[in-house]
Amino acid sequence: MEALILSVTIFVLAVVIGFEIITKIPPTLHTPLMSGSNAISGISVVGALVAAGAGKDELAAYIGLGAVILATINVVGGFLVTHRMLSMFKRKN
Amino acid sequence: MQQNLVNAAYLVASVLFILGLKGLTSPRTALRGNLLGATGMLIAVTATLLVRQIVSFELILVGIAIGSVVGVAAALKVPLTTMPELVALFNGFGGGASALVAAAAVLSPAMIGDVARIQMYTAGAASAIIGAATLTGSVIAWAKLQGMLSMQPRGGVLHTINFVCIAGALGLGIYYALDPGALWAFWTLISVAALYGVLFTVPVGGADMPVVIALLNSASGLAAASTGFVLSNNVLIISGSLVGASGFILTEIMCRAMNRSLWDVLSGNLGDAIGSSDDDVYQGRVKSASADEAALVLEAARSVTIVPGYGMAVAQAQHAVRDLSRRLQKNGARIRYGIHPVAGRMPGHMNVLLAEADVPYDELFDMDQINPTFAQTDVVIVLGANDVVNPAARDDANSPIAGMPILDVDKARTVMVVKRSLSPGFAGIPNRLFAADNTLMLFGDGEKVVRDLLAALDE
Repeated sequence: MEALILSVTIFVLAVVIGFEIITKIPPTLHTPLMSGSNAISGISVVGALVAAGAGKDELAAYIGLGAVILATINVVGGFLVTHRMLSMFKRKN
Repeated sequence: MQQNLVNAAYLVASVLFILGLKGLTSPRTALRGNLLGATGMLIAVTATLLVRQIVSFELILVGIAIGSVVGVAAALKVPLTTMPELVALFNGFGGGASALVAAAAVLSPAMIGDVARIQMYTAGAASAIIGAATLTGSVIAWAKLQGMLSMQPRGGVLHTINFVCIAGALGLGIYYALDPGALWAFWTLISVAALYGVLFTVPVGGADMPVVIALLNSASGLAAASTGFVLSNNVLIISGSLVGASGFILTEIMCRAMNRSLWDVLSGNLGDAIGSSDDDVYQGRVKSASADEAALVLEAARSVTIVPGYGMAVAQAQHAVRDLSRRLQKNGARIRYGIHPVAGRMPGHMNVLLAEADVPYDELFDMDQINPTFAQTDVVIVLGANDVVNPAARDDANSPIAGMPILDVDKARTVMVVKRSLSPGFAGIPNRLFAADNTLMLFGDGEKVVRDLLAALDE
């Protein structure tokens, strides 16, 4: 129970930080924000790696493999495409 | 000891994600911000490979190899005009991955450490529901953006089915959390949630897509956060809630910019078109102009504002638009771009297209910045935008789009509207702007009209 309360505390604090930062992002960067934050949500790759590599249950491992593939596409593709977009944003001159 | 090291790495990763998002608050620091985020991810992944539960690496290597190849190919090959499609798909993959991790965890609880069982199974059900709905919803959104799916069913029956799906998924989730042995309940709730993902995206129309993509973005974050509760893993909880908050704020901004509630968007509800018909508005009042006539007006203009919409993306006119604005700048005119929050198919869509065409971002202005300038602007060129410049939203309380914030282009001295025909926009209503005294219609394909203007200016 204590662990759960700690987790919930962290969750709420992160949401607050998220709101504080995201509201300051200008509309011009909203597309890179979506693709970049999307790449961050690929953090579930961390869980996917454990599922694919734990070697306890075969079905779980293959489900984990699927998760690793999807999450890696998300992470690699997401950060890369965001980089590609952001490198095009230039000031005058 | 080893676990402490991993946790310390997760903390570093979380901080880097936060700093990375903070970098996005300005175009000058954005690139560095994205690199910080990517570094955080690398640290988190590397640390995870040290976790003692991981004993075999074959599947991991296979998965990372496949995922990296597909991810790199998608990110580098996809044309920037199809960015909304790509982001929609990525959202879905994120949600799908989270749901799969939750599924693996509840199938094989031994793989995770010390987590209270009730927390694990409740969060597992939540993650499966949100993740599965995000995956199928995103695929439908992608298909709609690709133009592969155009049906838009609406109405009471669909609402009832949606309600049954949500209630069913929640009910199954609670049942499963209380009786984790009932794996059938888990698989059924995933299927029901997947069905719901399809049903809630299918009624959404094209111009409402920015809302849905932002919402799915938020959901992919929430799915990751729920998975964090399954594994009792703080870096997942933190990153997931950051993304959840981000997508939620974007959803809010998009809804406000259309003056529609999230509920109206999701049920495909549009106000009923009452009031004037096309004929009443347009009859004998629409003035069309040739490129030469328009060029004469532009030649004399000291200030020109360009208002792009989805039509610019469809016509691929952004490069021609850049050439036109450079030509006018050489002529001494001040160029601004006025961008409505929901122009295009995703938040910030127009900005990315113009950035691709080398338009500097300090020439782009959002709605609140640009609206006060229209009264002092010589010429506004509206390119492929319709409802977001319809004065009826401001002046006609009976209009279906009444109250929607618009760009007040009609206040400029001259308005040029580049459009194929007088066909209505998404809201399906006539646009008084097209018949206004100070409006010139330039009929034709956006790219071609702009090129013709350029040619006429050079003569």
